[in-house]
Amino acid sequence: MDALILQLLNGMDKGAAYALIALGLTLIFGTLGVVNFAHGALFMIGAFCAVTMQRILNLSATIIDETQTDFLGNPLKVEVPYVQSWFGEVTGAAIQDWAVPLSILLVIPVMLLVGWAMERGLIKHFYKRPHADQILVTFGLAIVIGEIIKAFYGANPIQTPSPAALTGSIDLGVAIGFEPNTVIYSIWRIVYFFFAALIIAGVFAFLQFTTFGMVVRAGMADRETVGMLGIDIDKRFTVMFGIAACVAGLAGMMYAPILSPHYNLGMDFLVLSFVVVVVGGMGSLPGAVLAGFVLGIVQSLSSMNEVKAIIPGIDQIIIYLVAIIILLTRPRGLMGRKGVMEE
Amino acid sequence: MLGLNSRDLRLFVIVCALCLLAPILLNPFPVASSLGESFNAGYPALMQRFVIFGLLVIGFNILFGLTGYLSFGHAAFLGVGSFAAVWMFKLLSYNIVPAIILSVIVAGLFSVVIGYIALRRSGIYFSILTLAFAQMMYSIAYSDLVGKMFGTIVTNGETGLQVYNDDPQFLMGEGAPTVPHLFGLEMNSAFTWKVGGWEFIFQNGYYLSALFMILGFYLSIRIFRSPFGMMLRAIKSNQTRMSYTGLDTKPYMLAAFVISGMYAGLAGGLLAAMDPLTGAERMFWTASGEIVVMAILGGVGTLLGPVFGAGVIKYLENIVSKINSDILHSWFAFMPEWMENLVVNILYPFVGKGWHLTLGLLFMAVVIFLPGGLMQLGEKILALFGRKKKSDDAKTGATEPAE
Amino acid sequence: MGILEVKGVNKRFGGLQALGDVNLSVAENTVHAIIGPNGAGKSTLLNVLVGKLIPDSGSVMFDGQSVLGRKPHEINQMGISRVFQTPEIFADLSVFENVMIPCFAKRDGAFRMHAIESTHHEKDIAEQAMAILEDVNMADKRDMIASSMSRGDKRRLEMAMCLVQDPRLLLLDEPTAGMARADTENTIQLLKDIRTKRGITMAIIEHDMNVVFSLAERITVLAQGTPLVEDVPEKIKGHPKVREAYLGEAQV
Repeated sequence: MDALILQLLNGMDKGAAYALIALGLTLIFGTLGVVNFAHGALFMIGAFCAVTMQRILNLSATIIDETQTDFLGNPLKVEVPYVQSWFGEVTGAAIQDWAVPLSILLVIPVMLLVGWAMERGLIKHFYKRPHADQILVTFGLAIVIGEIIKAFYGANPIQTPSPAALTGSIDLGVAIGFEPNTVIYSIWRIVYFFFAALIIAGVFAFLQFTTFGMVVRAGMADRETVGMLGIDIDKRFTVMFGIAACVAGLAGMMYAPILSPHYNLGMDFLVLSFVVVVVGGMGSLPGAVLAGFVLGIVQSLSSMNEVKAIIPGIDQIIIYLVAIIILLTRPRGLMGRKGVMEE
Repeated sequence: MLGLNSRDLRLFVIVCALCLLAPILLNPFPVASSLGESFNAGYPALMQRFVIFGLLVIGFNILFGLTGYLSFGHAAFLGVGSFAAVWMFKLLSYNIVPAIILSVIVAGLFSVVIGYIALRRSGIYFSILTLAFAQMMYSIAYSDLVGKMFGTIVTNGETGLQVYNDDPQFLMGEGAPTVPHLFGLEMNSAFTWKVGGWEFIFQNGYYLSALFMILGFYLSIRIFRSPFGMMLRAIKSNQTRMSYTGLDTKPYMLAAFVISGMYAGLAGGLLAAMDPLTGAERMFWTASGEIVVMAILGGVGTLLGPVFGAGVIKYLENIVSKINSDILHSWFAFMPEWMENLVVNILYPFVGKGWHLTLGLLFMAVVIFLPGGLMQLGEKILALFGRKKKSDDAKTGATEPAE
Repeated sequence: MGILEVKGVNKRFGGLQALGDVNLSVAENTVHAIIGPNGAGKSTLLNVLVGKLIPDSGSVMFDGQSVLGRKPHEINQMGISRVFQTPEIFADLSVFENVMIPCFAKRDGAFRMHAIESTHHEKDIAEQAMAILEDVNMADKRDMIASSMSRGDKRRLEMAMCLVQDPRLLLLDEPTAGMARADTENTIQLLKDIRTKRGITMAIIEHDMNVVFSLAERITVLAQGTPLVEDVPEKIKGHPKVREAYLGEAQV
C-alpha cells in the first residue's frame, strides 16, 4: 500500500511535466493548427535558462586576499562571486542558492522572445502547408536547437541543484498514518507538482475569464469564423505561441533539479509528450492535462518491482502500449473532438 | 525493354551505370592529395552505405511518396532486419543467403502487425502511432526485454549483437570463411586498381548491395507504373472517392506498408551482411527521422529522388564530419590571418561533431525552400536553361527577319 | 418491385426524428427524384442509402440484398455509384487516370495486387476510359491534372467516373448545387444524354425544381422526415400538400 502511494506520488511530478508540455502543444495546435515537433526543445531551453542563471550567479572576480596566504607565503587569490560582493556574503550566497527559482526572471523574457521569433520567423509560413511539412520543419528546428545547446553547454548533463531549503525529502507517510520511513518524498518534487498545478490553473483561468482567452477559445473551436469577424487572429496567435513557449520553458526550468539538463532532453520529452497529446485527444486542453497525469502515474506504477517481476522492463514501454491501446479503442483520444486532424 | 518505357529505361540504365562505376566516379582525386583526403568517397564502407540507404529510402518512398502516409518509425524495420540477419550468422553460418531471406521475412511480419494497427488511423495519428511502435521496439531491443523475459539473449541490450566463437553455427563447414560470404565469395574482399596516384577499390560487398539496390529500384519503377501504384496515388489524393469507387483502401495501404517495411528489412539485412554486428541504436527515432530527411531532400514521390537523397546525406555526413579545424585553416590560409580565424570560427560549429547542426539546417532549408527536394531543384535548373534557350531562339527569331 | 426498396426506415438524432417511416421504391430504368424543403431529411436518407448511417429500424434493399452496415466500397461493388454535391475526384491525378481507376475497380473488385504489370499494357481498360471521355466530350483533356479544371468539368469528370462502371443505380446528391445557370443547364443536358444513351436508373436528391422537373419520371416529396407524396411530375406540380410544404415554408 505504502509503495503504491509512493509510486503514485512519483508519477505526479512526471505527469505534471508531461501535462505542461502537452498543454503548450495543444494550445499551439488548437489555435494555430500547427504540429510543433520543436516543443520539446522549448522545454529544454527553459531548463538551460536555469543552468545559465546558475552560471551567471556564480560569475566571480578574482581578488587577492591580503589576510590569507597560500603555502608559499604569497597572498591568497580567492574567487568572489559578484553577487556576494554586491549584496554581501550572506544575501549573495542565498541568491546563488535560489538560482533555479530565480531563473524565472530569465525564462519568461527568453521564452517570449524565442516564441515570438519562432512564430514570426518560421511557423507563420507553415499555417497553410500540410501537417507533414509542419512536422518536418519543426523536427529540423528541434535538431538545430539541440545542437546549438550542445555547442554551448557540451554533451554532458549539468547538475542544477534546487535551493537547499527545498532539497531533501520529508516523510509523508507519517502524516497520513503510516509507519515512519515508508513514504519518503522529495520536497522539490512536491514543489514541482504545486508549481505545475498553479500554471495549469493559470492557463485555464486566462482562457476562461479574459476576453483574449475567449477569442482564443473561439478560435480553437472555429478558426475561420473568428477570422471573418474581423478579429486580428494572427496577432493573438503570436501571443498564444509566446504563452505556450513560456509554459514549456517554465516546466523545463523547474524540472532541471529533478533531471539534469542535457542537449537531448528536448527530444526525449517530445516523443512522450506527443504521445500524451494524442492520447488526451488532439486539440483538447483538459484531455492533455488528464492524459499527462494518467500516463505519468501509469509509468510510475509499472516501475514497481512487483510489476517488473512479472514483465521485466514494462515501465519503459508502458506509455507506448497504453497509447496504442487507447488510440485503437478510442480513436480520437480520451477527450478528442470529431474532425480534428483527420485529413 | 524490361517492361519499361524509354524514359524509365533511361533512368534505370543511368542508375545501373552509376552503381557500376561508383568506385571510379567517387574517387576523382589522387589518394594522397588533400582534396582526395577530404572529398573522395569511393571507399567500400561508404559506398555500401550509399546503396543500402538508397534501397531503404526507395522503399520508404513507396509508402510516403505514393500514399502520403508519413511513417516516423521506419528505422524499426531496418533494425529488426539487422537482428534477424545476425542471428542467422550466429545459428547457421556466415553465408548471407539465409540471413538476408530471414531479415526480409521478419521485417515483413513486423510490418504486417504494425501496419494493421497503425493504418486504422490516418494523418498525424498514423505518424505518432508508427513513432510509438518504433520507440517501443527500440526500448525492448535496448534493454533486451524479450531476452530478460525468457532468461536468454535476444538483442543483447546496450552491448549489441554480434557473432562469438562459441556460437553454434550449425551449418558452418570446415574451412568456411569466418566473415560474411556468398557461397564462399567473401563480402569484404576487394580488388584494388592503382593508376598513377589514383586508387580504385572494387569490393564484393559493395557490388552485392548495389545489385540489391538496382533490383529494388527496378521493382519500384514497376510499382510506380502499375495499377497498384496508381491506386496508392489515388489514396493520397482522395480516399472518399476511392471507397465510393468500389475500392477497399485498407489492403492497398497495408500492402504498401509491408512492401516498404520489407525493403527496410532487406536494407537492415544487408547492413549486417557487410558488418556482422548490430545494436538497438539503429532503431532509434532519430534514425527514422534521417530516413525522412533523405526522402524529402531527394524529392518525395519521384523515382530517382530517394537514391540521390540517401547518397547526398551519407556523403555529406562522411565529408562534413571528417573536417576539423586544421583542415579549415588550410583551406582559408590564403586570407589575412584575422579573416582566416574569423571564417574558421564561423564555420567550425558546423563541421566535425557539428554535422547534426548542418543536417538540421539543411533539413529546414529543404522543407522551406524546396518542398520537392533535389529533383525539383534539378527541374527548376533545367527549366531555367530551357527558358534561356527559348528566349535566345526568340531573339534570333526576332532579329532574323530584320536582316 | 423496384431495384431499390426502402421500407419503414426510422432514424432519430437525440430528440430529433430525422427520418420517420420512410418507404420508397425506385423502379429499374427510371429517374426518381427525391425533393423536399431544407431539413426534410434528404441528406440523412442519402447517407442511409450509401451505408454511412445505419437507421434505427427498417430495411434498405438493393436488388434483393440489404445495403445496411456495408462499407461504401461494398455498396459500390453491388452496383451503386454516387455523385457528390461538390465533385469528389482524384485532384492530383490526370483526367485519364481518374477514369481508369473506376474501370479497374469494376474489373478487378475491391482489391487486387497488380503491382508489377504496367498500366500501359491494360489496353481494354484504356479503351473503356477513352470511350467514356469521348462520351462526355473530355477526350481532349485526358492529360490535364484534374484539379486544374473548371467546376463544370470536374462534375462532368465525376459523372464519367461513375458511368464507366455501368452502375445499376446512380445516386446524385444535388448535382447542380452552387452552379451557375449555364453550368446547370449543361449538367441537365449531360444527364439527359446519359439517360437516353445508357438507360441507367438514377435517384436524384435535389433542391432545384428546374432540374427535377426536366429529368425525373417519378418524384417523392419528403417533408419533416416522411414522404408526403410520390407521383409523376405533372401531378406533383399542382399537389396541394407539396405547395403547402414548399410555399408554406417560403411565405414564412
